[in-house]
Amino acid sequence: MTTAAKLPQAERITHPVGLDVEKIRRDFPILARDVRGKKLVYFDNAATSQKTRAVIERIVQYYEQENANIHRGVHFLSELATNEHDQAREAVRSFINARGTKEIVFVRGTTEAINLVAQTYGRANVGPGDEVLITAMEHHSNIVPWQLLCDEKGAKLRVAPINDDGELLLGELHKMLTPRVKLLAIAHVSNALGTVNPIKKIIDCAHSQNIPVLVDGAQAVPHMKVDVQELGADFYMFSGHKMFGPMGIGVLYGKAELLERMPPYQGGGDMISSVTFEKTTYNRLPFKFEAGTPDVAGAIGLGAAIEYLSAIGMDNIAGYEHELLAYATEKVAAIRGVRLIGTAREKAGVLSFIIEGVHPHDVGTILDQEGVAIRTGHHCAQPIMDRFGIPATARASFAFYNTKEEVDALANGIRKVQEVFS
Amino acid sequence: MPELRDLYQEVILEHSKAPRNYRQLAAANQKAEGFNPLCGDRFTVYVDVEGDSIRDIGFQGSGCAISKASASMMTQAVKGKSKAEAQKLFETFHKLVTTGEANGNKEALGKLEVFSGVSEFPVRVKCATLAWHTLQAALQGKQESISTE
Repeated sequence: MTTAAKLPQAERITHPVGLDVEKIRRDFPILARDVRGKKLVYFDNAATSQKTRAVIERIVQYYEQENANIHRGVHFLSELATNEHDQAREAVRSFINARGTKEIVFVRGTTEAINLVAQTYGRANVGPGDEVLITAMEHHSNIVPWQLLCDEKGAKLRVAPINDDGELLLGELHKMLTPRVKLLAIAHVSNALGTVNPIKKIIDCAHSQNIPVLVDGAQAVPHMKVDVQELGADFYMFSGHKMFGPMGIGVLYGKAELLERMPPYQGGGDMISSVTFEKTTYNRLPFKFEAGTPDVAGAIGLGAAIEYLSAIGMDNIAGYEHELLAYATEKVAAIRGVRLIGTAREKAGVLSFIIEGVHPHDVGTILDQEGVAIRTGHHCAQPIMDRFGIPATARASFAFYNTKEEVDALANGIRKVQEVFS
Repeated sequence: MPELRDLYQEVILEHSKAPRNYRQLAAANQKAEGFNPLCGDRFTVYVDVEGDSIRDIGFQGSGCAISKASASMMTQAVKGKSKAEAQKLFETFHKLVTTGEANGNKEALGKLEVFSGVSEFPVRVKCATLAWHTLQAALQGKQESISTE
C-alpha cells in the first residue's frame, strides 16, 4: 500500500522530467524490503546512503574475478587490479574536475582526510599564536582534529558564528580572516542543518588574504555538481558511503603544489620509492599519502557509484532533490507543534526538526515503528545543538531515490507521534 | 511485533510530562551526573543519605520520555529504602527491562513493572536505566560523570 493511493487527485505527485524515480528505486535492492512489517522509508541518507546494484555487483565481480594486491605483482591479476584501481581514481578526478589524478588521495572517509591534512599540512604550517578558523556549523570531524592540532601547537581555534536560520554570518567570518589564520576549515553543506554555504565566495575572500581553505564536502558531493577548480578549494574531501558507494573509502583532493610540500601522513609500504635504514625517499603523489594496502574493492566500488551518478547527472539529481526538500519542508512545517531547525535560504538534503513536548529519541522510535528511518540526536554536531538551545533534533535526510509519497509517510508518522504523546 | 503502547504506557507518559521529585535537593550529601552521549540525555541525581538509608532523593536534567519517566518513578521507588535495597531493586529492574521478566520479584517492582515493554526495544534499555546507573554512582560516592557508553 502506498500513501499516494489515499491522496486526492489534486495532490497526485509529479516528478521533474529526466529523473525516472521508480526506475532508480529498482536499482537499489534494499529499498524493496520491509521493516517492522511496513514499507521501508529510508530518510537517513546523511548518515549513510544505500547502495546501487551496480556498486554491489562491481564489488562482487572484483572479489570473484580480479582480486590481487596492487602496484607490486608481475602477474595478470595484479596488473588487472592495479588498472581498475587507477581507473577508479580517474573517475573521481573527472567527477570533481581535479587537474590530475595525483591530486586524488584515497582515504577511509572524510574524517580521515581531515585528520590527514591536520597532521601533515597543519603540523607543518600552524605554530604558536596562529589560528585555525572553523564555523559554528561544523561536524565533530571538522572540529576535533583542529582542537588536537591547536592544543599541540599552542595555536587558537576560532569559530565563525551563524544566525538563527543556520546561515553563516559572512561579515563576521570576513572579519575573522586575519593574517594569524593559517587555515579556514569549513563544511560545504551542514550535516545537521542542511545549510549550503556560499563556498566559492568564501574561498575567494580567504584567498584574497592568502589563507588556504579546506572544504568538508561529505554532505555536498552526493547532492550537487562539485568542481574543485571552479571553487578554488585547496583541500576538498568526501566519503564514498554517503554517495551510494561502499563504506571505508573516501577521497582527499588537494592542490598538487600543497600536497607536494606536505610531509607524509603514515609510513609503510607503497608510500616510498626507496628505503634504507639511513634514509627513505617518498613516493610521488598521490601514493606518498597512501601507505599500506588500500581498500581496492572500495575504490572500484566508488568508481561504479560515480559512473551511476554521472549517467543520471548531478544537475538532474540536485533539481529533483530541491523540489523534494521544498515539498517536505512545506508538509512538515505545516504540522502544528513542529519547529524546523535550520531554515537557511540555500539548503540541501536535510530537514531537521523538533516536536513540541516530545524528545527526538521518542520521535525516532515511533517513526521506526512506521518503517520510517530517521536519525535522532546531536548528529555529531553538539555545538550546533547548544547554539539552538536544544539537546537534539530529529533529522530526515534525503536522496534522489526518495519520493513525495515517502515524505507523506513521514508527515503521517509525525502526526502519529503527536497522537501517542497527546 | 512490539507494540508502541507497550513502551509508551500511560503511566510512563504521565511521569515524563510531570516528573516527581524533579528538584535539586538542598540537603543532598551525595550526587552524580549521568550522560548518554548517543542521544544527549543528561540527568543529575541528588540523594540525602543518612546512615544506610536514602532519606530523600531528587533529580534534574533532560532526556526522552522513557529516561525521564524512569528517573521519576525511581525516585519514588527508592525513597526511604536502604542502599542495599535500592541496589537489589536496580538489579530486578534491569532484568525487567532487558528480558521483560521480573525473576519472581514482581512484587518488589510494584509500579516499575510498566517498564517491561522496554525489553522489546533494545536500543531504549539505556534510556530506562540511565537514572539508575546515576543513582548507583551517587550512592557509591563517585565524583566523575558516568556515561552509558
